[in-house]
Amino acid sequence: MATTAYLPKEKMKDWLKVLSEKHQLFVPCLEDDVVLFQLFNPEKNLCFDRPANSSPKTIIFSQCEQLFSFNFKKEPDNPQKTSIELKENLEYPPTIIFGARPCDAKGFMIIDSVYIETDIADPYYRGRREKTTIITLSCPVPYVGCFCTSVGGGPADKAGSDILMTELEKGYFLEASTEKGEALLREPLFEDGSSYIDEAENIRKACYTMVEKPFSDDEPGKKPLPRFHEDTFWEQEGNRCISCGACTYLCPTCYCFNITDEQTANTGERIRTWDACMFHHFTLEASGHNPRPAKYGRLKNRVGHKFLYYPEKYNGVIACSGCGRCIRYCPVSISISNVVASLKDNMRESVDDKH
Amino acid sequence: MTNIKNPYLPDIATVTRIIDETPTIKSYQVIFNDQETMKNFSFQPGQVGQLSVFGVGEATFVINSPPTRMEYLQFSVMKVGEVTKAIHELSVGDQIGVRAPLGNWFPYEEMKGKKILFIGGGIGLAPLRTLILYMLDNRPDYGDITIIYGARTPIDLCYKDDLKEWESHSDVELILTVDTEFPGWDKRVGFVPTVLNEVAPSPENTIAITCGPPIMIKYVLQGLARLNFKDDRIITTLEKRMKCGIGLCGRCNIGSMYVCKDGPVFSLAQLREYPSEI
Repeated sequence: MATTAYLPKEKMKDWLKVLSEKHQLFVPCLEDDVVLFQLFNPEKNLCFDRPANSSPKTIIFSQCEQLFSFNFKKEPDNPQKTSIELKENLEYPPTIIFGARPCDAKGFMIIDSVYIETDIADPYYRGRREKTTIITLSCPVPYVGCFCTSVGGGPADKAGSDILMTELEKGYFLEASTEKGEALLREPLFEDGSSYIDEAENIRKACYTMVEKPFSDDEPGKKPLPRFHEDTFWEQEGNRCISCGACTYLCPTCYCFNITDEQTANTGERIRTWDACMFHHFTLEASGHNPRPAKYGRLKNRVGHKFLYYPEKYNGVIACSGCGRCIRYCPVSISISNVVASLKDNMRESVDDKH
Repeated sequence: MTNIKNPYLPDIATVTRIIDETPTIKSYQVIFNDQETMKNFSFQPGQVGQLSVFGVGEATFVINSPPTRMEYLQFSVMKVGEVTKAIHELSVGDQIGVRAPLGNWFPYEEMKGKKILFIGGGIGLAPLRTLILYMLDNRPDYGDITIIYGARTPIDLCYKDDLKEWESHSDVELILTVDTEFPGWDKRVGFVPTVLNEVAPSPENTIAITCGPPIMIKYVLQGLARLNFKDDRIITTLEKRMKCGIGLCGRCNIGSMYVCKDGPVFSLAQLREYPSEI
């Protein structure tokens, strides 16, 4: 039996204050009509009404971070010679992501497979990940473009969360699914949660049925996107893409990055920044050769990565958590769920045609 | 985290020798500053490394000296972009960052007892050089070796000393070609895929290994298929823009494979399974 607790709504700020004493606490805040994860401050306008515009990905997989610094030093005995010193910093403070949605939490699990559960792990991501606790808010209603239930998730999915919170009429029902989560529920602020289980369960179930299902799960043994290699389809879909990369920056599961050096005088740093497979120069080689020179090829690769290539490597898991952000904020209204649905619908038509 | 090496942190090495291969290509011999690192370093023919010029950046190059000759590691660098330009400005004694070895390697164990056909273009001879030297150092394990190698002009042929030496081996057939007629050139003239077609080597008990510019690889692969080489007997080693070198940063993928980690060495049989994004 998981550890549960109940927190009356009026005590929410008290709990956040307690959490912020020993942690770097990130909460969704409303500012100028945009909800973003920001460091907790009691003065800020907390917003749990809708999912944040951008996923909390950057808190663990930083949008811009130093990999190491370098320092050029003249050797005292031999002024003709310069040596190089490298320094890394892998210390991270205890951190809490508060008010993520289940799709956000699942996003980290998708990145974990690539960045941690591998022979060569990424020490920066792993360092932050180990220090971070994720407290997720189950979704009371789906938001425009949400399709989590089509990609193996759900509005109250506990996967990837240390604590799942569900908003009830007068308070929050909290359920810990990890030791990290349990530790945070040992707090005098909480009341016993056991009598609220049914109320929470009803609210969670209600939302499941409301989430749109643009496409259904694949039947076992069937190729998930059999028309994937038809380039005419991608030309049609990809032509209006403007290669802005917004989809990848808002995405909780996109993890591509660039590495660049910056230097002033005798010191500098190697930094990594998010990159986007939708950019023309992402694959552009110094010779001028570009293996993915056209927009349609890049869209095909992005959808392909999430729905074919990643599942091929990681036990069929789809590298999309269905958060819908790329659909909501794409400036030219490309919808990944429509793209995938079309590929699947077309499959059904073409099968029917043959009969 | 403390005892596992950070995969992004290069080892510092010193440039010990620079060889001018062509007007745009130089080879760099380097040794790690830390003697233990140098002593313990091991790699397989075909594996690559990332070279760093701190303040400019990193780029990927194959280790083109063979593991049978470990006095130094050799990389050949064609001046094309920012990092390669910075490497070309280095002098003997300068410091350079090295992250190596990365990626997979040539299936040289499976090639034992077989005839080997190398087809290279320009600086694409670099990865083949590693394997050629490895095979020459383990000569009894391998059958006849044929090398078809071409460049734009005679001046653009790399490893001229090696070529002279290979030519003198009775069990190595070296076929050199340049793209167009050139004063004083008395060997073949024509693109590498055309010469491959003219030479028409037999696929019998033979493995073909090719590397060169993407367009050359494309036509060589087609040419080998026409000569009835089976897809699993055709090996190539690919190059892509790379950053991390460990299969994370995302840019060098072909379908679900990352050239940096799952490659750079692929058989044509493998490549057929994936999108044609060479």
